[in-house]
Amino acid sequence: MFPYYLEICVVVLGVLMLCMELFSGRRSRGKIAMSGVVGLGVILALMIFSVCPPGDDLQYWGIYYYDKWAAFYKGLALLATLLVLVMAREFAPVFKHYTSQDEEESGLGEFYCLPVFVCAGLMWMASAKDLVTIFVSLELVTMGFYVLVAFLRRNVGSLEAGVKYLVLGALSTGFLVYGIAWTYGVSGTFSLEQLGDVLASGDISVGVVMFAFALLLVGIGFKIAVVPFQIWVPDVYQGAAMPVTAYLSVASKAAGFIVLLRVIDPFLAVPSLRDPVVYLIVFVTCATLIYGNLAAISQKNIKRLLAYSSIAHAGFLLMALPALRGTGTIHGPGAESAIAFYLAGYLLMTMLCFLVLTLVRVATDGEDLAALEGLGRRAPLLAFAMLVGVASLAGIPLTVGFFGKFFLFNIAIQNAMQSGLWVVVFVAVLGAATGFYYYFKIIRAMYWEVGVNEGGVSEIRVGRVAMLCIWVLMVAVLFFGIFPASLLGLTF
Amino acid sequence: MSFIELIIIIPIVVAVAIGCGGPARVLSLLAAWANLIFGVVVFAVILFKGGDGMHFQSARVLLDNPELTLGFAVDGMSGVLVLLTVIVTFCAVSMSPENPGKGSGKLYYISLMLIAAGALGAFCATDLFFLYAFHEVALIPTFLMIGIYGHGREKVATAWKITIYLGVGSLILLGGFIALYVNLSPSGGLTFDISKLATAQGQDPLSAEVQKWIFLPLLVGFGILVSLFPFHSWAAPAYASAPAPVAMLHAGVLKKFGLYGILRVAIPLLPEGFEAWKGLLLVLLLGNILYVGFVTISQRYLDRMLGNSSVMHMGYIFLGIACCNSIGWGGAVLMMFAHGISIALLFALCGSLRERLDTLEFSRLGGLAGSMPFLAVAFGFAAFASIGLPGFANFASEITIFFAAFSGERGFGHLQIATILALWGVVISAVYMLRAYRKIFQGECIEQSQASDLVQAHRLPVVLMIVILLLTGFFPNIILNIIPNLFGAL
Repeated sequence: MFPYYLEICVVVLGVLMLCMELFSGRRSRGKIAMSGVVGLGVILALMIFSVCPPGDDLQYWGIYYYDKWAAFYKGLALLATLLVLVMAREFAPVFKHYTSQDEEESGLGEFYCLPVFVCAGLMWMASAKDLVTIFVSLELVTMGFYVLVAFLRRNVGSLEAGVKYLVLGALSTGFLVYGIAWTYGVSGTFSLEQLGDVLASGDISVGVVMFAFALLLVGIGFKIAVVPFQIWVPDVYQGAAMPVTAYLSVASKAAGFIVLLRVIDPFLAVPSLRDPVVYLIVFVTCATLIYGNLAAISQKNIKRLLAYSSIAHAGFLLMALPALRGTGTIHGPGAESAIAFYLAGYLLMTMLCFLVLTLVRVATDGEDLAALEGLGRRAPLLAFAMLVGVASLAGIPLTVGFFGKFFLFNIAIQNAMQSGLWVVVFVAVLGAATGFYYYFKIIRAMYWEVGVNEGGVSEIRVGRVAMLCIWVLMVAVLFFGIFPASLLGLTF
Repeated sequence: MSFIELIIIIPIVVAVAIGCGGPARVLSLLAAWANLIFGVVVFAVILFKGGDGMHFQSARVLLDNPELTLGFAVDGMSGVLVLLTVIVTFCAVSMSPENPGKGSGKLYYISLMLIAAGALGAFCATDLFFLYAFHEVALIPTFLMIGIYGHGREKVATAWKITIYLGVGSLILLGGFIALYVNLSPSGGLTFDISKLATAQGQDPLSAEVQKWIFLPLLVGFGILVSLFPFHSWAAPAYASAPAPVAMLHAGVLKKFGLYGILRVAIPLLPEGFEAWKGLLLVLLLGNILYVGFVTISQRYLDRMLGNSSVMHMGYIFLGIACCNSIGWGGAVLMMFAHGISIALLFALCGSLRERLDTLEFSRLGGLAGSMPFLAVAFGFAAFASIGLPGFANFASEITIFFAAFSGERGFGHLQIATILALWGVVISAVYMLRAYRKIFQGECIEQSQASDLVQAHRLPVVLMIVILLLTGFFPNIILNIIPNLFGAL
């Protein structure tokens, strides 16, 4: 079976779900979401058992590559989309409130289908090693997100988020296209492999190439939300519906990182370009770590807090980049492995947190930290799941988040010993320490505070599938926190 | 599953069981009893077989590169600390209230169990990584315990303070650990195994300059965890705000982790690094003994005073470490044990006093010996032990440390001057402890003199701790003999 059948399957699944909507009643569209979940699960199983692992790296038409990285990130995209659909199903009462009159769910069908199409874009992006393919798949993803972010059409916050995301997204796309044009102009190729050869020949002046690279970085930086291209993140995260926020923070970031890894590789491989590229990355890393962590401290809205924390996580991930294609040997997992491991762990813990938050949001109609107050007594299991997720985000040992940070620090410190870039390590340690404060704020809200609105709050109802997902994610976060080898093995 | 793994896993299993709805107090008491018995058995085996080798070894490889092993074992030094942990855990659980207020007591006992498991895991781990990880696990329970069940207006602020201080301390430590294992690992591949790293250090030591710069983050990181001056300001307020069992476990046991780490990891793997910073350490430990000592004298509340006194006594242990000979290190380990028991006893009694009285301010207390004779006698024992009166383990350890500084042909240098200054700390301890005793239990009854004495159920742990202090005071060789000759291993 050809690996690109996977994307075709996903698109067909999306179309089938759209067709299902025609034949389902106005009252309930839950079946569409559930069929999406099942479909994605089947495709994931298909990928694991029939396509992956490939004998050797496959490529088709020079634009579609299927290697271990592609497989890994495709898996992440499928898993994330599956969880988002589960979340979206739980979120239905809020959707109804903001999209349609009465108790109808007529506006919800598209909402379950769009993530599936976005997923196809994410999966294609994981296989792209060609600037045009990267651009097209990136746009497919972004277009889907434009609609998803603004989906709560009777909610001002959601509309505002949609407009902001659209305007800034279009701007960043402009930069990306300009960067691609420059790159093509100086090298005469779209293929990243050929680009590497052209750059290595040394015929092109460093200034021109760096200009093109900077433009590309702007475009990709927007997707992975690094400073100074993070302006949209807090508002969009806050305004978008909870499942969309989760999707943005996990899938968009993971896809952005695989693109960044692929794009940056030819530039880092050229000795004359290496230093300026590394310095640019180091600057962005430090700024991202400082901004994300410091700005998160004062947040009261939980989605804004997680938005800044997701900026900070992007900073941690960037920390490993300067070690790519370095001259010195790095012991332990390499930069690509560490980033992939971190992203996988980030998916598990972020989805866990957002699943709990979705359930809380439906029951309490609040997105402030105050909505979590007294959760430790109202819903001990959910509170514990959130505790595990938050501890993992903070990087407490024996959770997957700790190993993620550990592998990144492992690389950054070894790299610093070879190249003297201690500033990144220093800033990252400070950032991680700051993280303790704002993540513990969530723990504090759940367990310390009595909860002003206790009693008046309707009981938190949890669907069976959502409950299963919470258990699985919780166990996975703890399991990979003690036995990381199985997850790390996938990334080698 | 080895015996040691069993000891570590019992509290974790019990915590899970409580979370699933088991009876909190009963299960915790069972676990504490079981661990007390198992801990004593472990100690007896070490006593019988000698403390130099590693006993009850177990290892499960989790990751090949870098090599990561979930491995546990105990030698004499870990054995002493395991014994300390199970004793203090037992007493802390016994002294815990039936119903800690604020909802069900589940979270309370789960937290206690997790703190105990974290300490046991850290003391027994043979892998640098898990040594670090287990200690860090205790961070969240401590935060929750102080925040939810603590007392005083400042409990929120102090809960944050201890969390952030210890969080930063452990991150600095982690940075140092990574630098250490990356540099020191044998060329075959990275490893976290402490014994393999020690072998590598023996065969192919790092240059003095590298050792110096890796030792610094370790000293600062461990120093923060042990409340080494000037990183000590989190300790006293946190212990004053924490519920008594948490103060007992944290001041008595968890704080010893930093000292254990210095003796187990930092000095054996970076001997020259230690030499480079020894002068600084001498100055800082005098800050602990003298500066914090005077701060302790000026305290007006019993709980704050005890917190500060525990910070102060860390100075002696550092002094024992700085002596750099087997007598000094033996004294340091003995003092970890003695101080752990005596401070736990003091915090236990302080907690009992707090339950019975409105205030712990010295000027509003007095003459309580009349209405609570048992408590008064027990507090007297604890105070004497803490000062270091002969007959208590604290005396044996302090005297060992002081002698160690002057043993051998070492002339008269910085260490000796520091020791002479540190001797004055004993006087300082005597001043504040005896004064506290006089103000609380003697003199005129001011009010609250009708408060009841310690209940029967709480007397057992108190008596147990006093007996242990006396036993190890009269026969310090029980512990000193099994402390491995760490100095010879260098």
